[in-house]
Amino acid sequence: MDWKLRRFGQAAFTVWAVMTLAFFLTRMMPGNPVDAFVAQVGPQLDNPQEAYEMAEIYMNINPEAPMHVAYWNYMTSMAVGDMGQSMSQNAPVAQIMAEAIPWTLFVMSWAIFIGFAVGISLGALMAYWEGTKFDTVLTGYATIITSIPFYVLALLLLITFAYRLGWFPTSGRRPEGVTAGFNLPFIFGIIHHAALPVFSMFVASGVASLTMRGNSIRVLGEDYLRVARLRGLPDRTIAVRYIARNAILPMYTGLMIAIGSMFGGAVVLEEIFTYRGMGYYMIQAVRARDYPLMMGAFTIITIAVVIALLVADLTYGKIDPRAGNEGNDAF
Amino acid sequence: MTDDHTETRKRDDTNRMDELVPDDPRDRVAGETVRSDGGTVDSPFETTSSVEETRGDRLDRFLEGYARTPWSIMRQDWRALVGLSILGVYLLVATLGVYLVEPSHPADGPQLLGAFQNWEYPLGTTSSGRDVLADAVHSTPSILIMMASGALFTIGVGTAFGVVAGYKGGMVDTVLSTVTDVFINIPGLPLVIVLATLLSDWINNPVALGVLLAIAAWAGLARAIRSQVLTIRNESFIESARAIDLSTRWILTKEILPQLMPYIVVNMVNAARTIIFAAVALYFLGVLPYSDANWGVMLNTAYEAGALYRPEAYHWLLVPMVAISGIAVGLILLAQSLDRVFNPRARARHQGGEEEEPMEPETDDTTDVMQV
Repeated sequence: MDWKLRRFGQAAFTVWAVMTLAFFLTRMMPGNPVDAFVAQVGPQLDNPQEAYEMAEIYMNINPEAPMHVAYWNYMTSMAVGDMGQSMSQNAPVAQIMAEAIPWTLFVMSWAIFIGFAVGISLGALMAYWEGTKFDTVLTGYATIITSIPFYVLALLLLITFAYRLGWFPTSGRRPEGVTAGFNLPFIFGIIHHAALPVFSMFVASGVASLTMRGNSIRVLGEDYLRVARLRGLPDRTIAVRYIARNAILPMYTGLMIAIGSMFGGAVVLEEIFTYRGMGYYMIQAVRARDYPLMMGAFTIITIAVVIALLVADLTYGKIDPRAGNEGNDAF
Repeated sequence: MTDDHTETRKRDDTNRMDELVPDDPRDRVAGETVRSDGGTVDSPFETTSSVEETRGDRLDRFLEGYARTPWSIMRQDWRALVGLSILGVYLLVATLGVYLVEPSHPADGPQLLGAFQNWEYPLGTTSSGRDVLADAVHSTPSILIMMASGALFTIGVGTAFGVVAGYKGGMVDTVLSTVTDVFINIPGLPLVIVLATLLSDWINNPVALGVLLAIAAWAGLARAIRSQVLTIRNESFIESARAIDLSTRWILTKEILPQLMPYIVVNMVNAARTIIFAAVALYFLGVLPYSDANWGVMLNTAYEAGALYRPEAYHWLLVPMVAISGIAVGLILLAQSLDRVFNPRARARHQGGEEEEPMEPETDDTTDVMQV
């Protein structure tokens, strides 16, 4: 229980740290967005004073207020979900993000799930048939797939399956002309649009399978496995309860970090597929120098990762009974 | 019976050590320390090291550990050979190739010439008439510099945070681990994009960009190293170092760091790959300011020119893709073979470079100790 509380505290601290970083970058860096905004908008207005008010509307930061007051106001408005106003999209940042979040979560959770599931199964098979031709071929395949960046795979998939073969749509996130809701054409259309982005993240399976292969081979040589065999346990129990479990647990830290980097990869992926998720809006904001939307998207993506890692950590305690007792040493 | 010398015997280079000792050191001390306790010849506390290690010996041991043995293992590993040759080709391109291939400018050649059609432009030209091969070659040096600076910064910061946090423990550990955790939770690419946008004035050279990319990459390594140090710090040799009052700095750099070296080297190679992928992604997205061509910029311009649906422009897109994947293959193969180099079993087979059995005397000694 104490460990869970600590873990929640750590997640909250991270969110606070990211918001503070966002404030620091927007307000205190030399040549920061707030000053730039005032310098740019001010001269165009009849009353230059209005620039300060506009800055506060867009970025939640009043350039005239003392730093600690500005910080307090920024943090309190973030806390109630007010992330300012987007300049390029002409809508509140919170509204744009709320509409984009589900799409990113949908694609990335499937990508992570499929990538790891395929990687771990392949790794187990490779270890099972270690030294055979099957193992050699798959190890080679995993090495090559690991060396392809996911965005290169995304471009190749896009060229082959969308532009040349026309099996999948080239861009967008939902079918046109279909009413949104819980009906079959709509659900099918969404999956159809998400398929290529999800499979672009397939490269993650390469690393996972190579690690899984190594771990499984190591476990196969352990003494307790011989004992399990001598006890006459069925092969299935040995494979799942003994080998798989002990081979997957050490990969845990790696998988956690992969979740973070895959969510980060959404930025590139959504841009390539014009998939209007959080990452897509972030890049649009960077191109338009729309700082409120950029910082808002960054904060929200980070919070999504923090929550994903928190959930992963808490469920890990259920798989590995040692995690709860050892506290934070069980990284 | 020789229990007092087991420490020296246990060294890797047992055989050579024995040859270096001209006369048995026991002869010298035998007369003074014979006790009536049944045959123990001298007190184990008086003999710290029976052999002075000269500078030459130390250099020899260093070469043995870091050059000869790794080389002898890698020579027999196709992964290492292929990986090193791939990286060597990139290095050659970055140094010699830059002088051999003229830099390209817009309207140098025909527009969108395909690859392998005109030997003046072996890999074809872009829609503005730039030579694709020249662009690819001339982006290699900056990419390699970026990779090196990023990888070094990643392992530097990651190792420093991990080792200090793991060894010191307590308050220092809490603070450093909290910082590490915050950085693990922040997704790398978005953070780098935000920083690159807001600090664009300062990121005007490959070294600075490499360091910026490393900001998002060091935390995972720091966490992994911390947990390794947690196990090492309780080993007996660290405990003895603490007991004889060696400074923390000494223990960290001379006792703990060498233990972590294999792990750090392998991770440095992996970090280099991460840095390249991230750098090219950022250039591809067009969020970094750039002055000259590089693989990411080439991808970006090709994408913007509609290369995805124009088969006549495929070569323009494929060349940078192959360049990135090629160097990544080299790095992965190198990392895999380095993993083998540091594997103690493979090491033992190759130690000394001969077919002798260095494990034998050591096992004898251990059984001796057990019996005494």
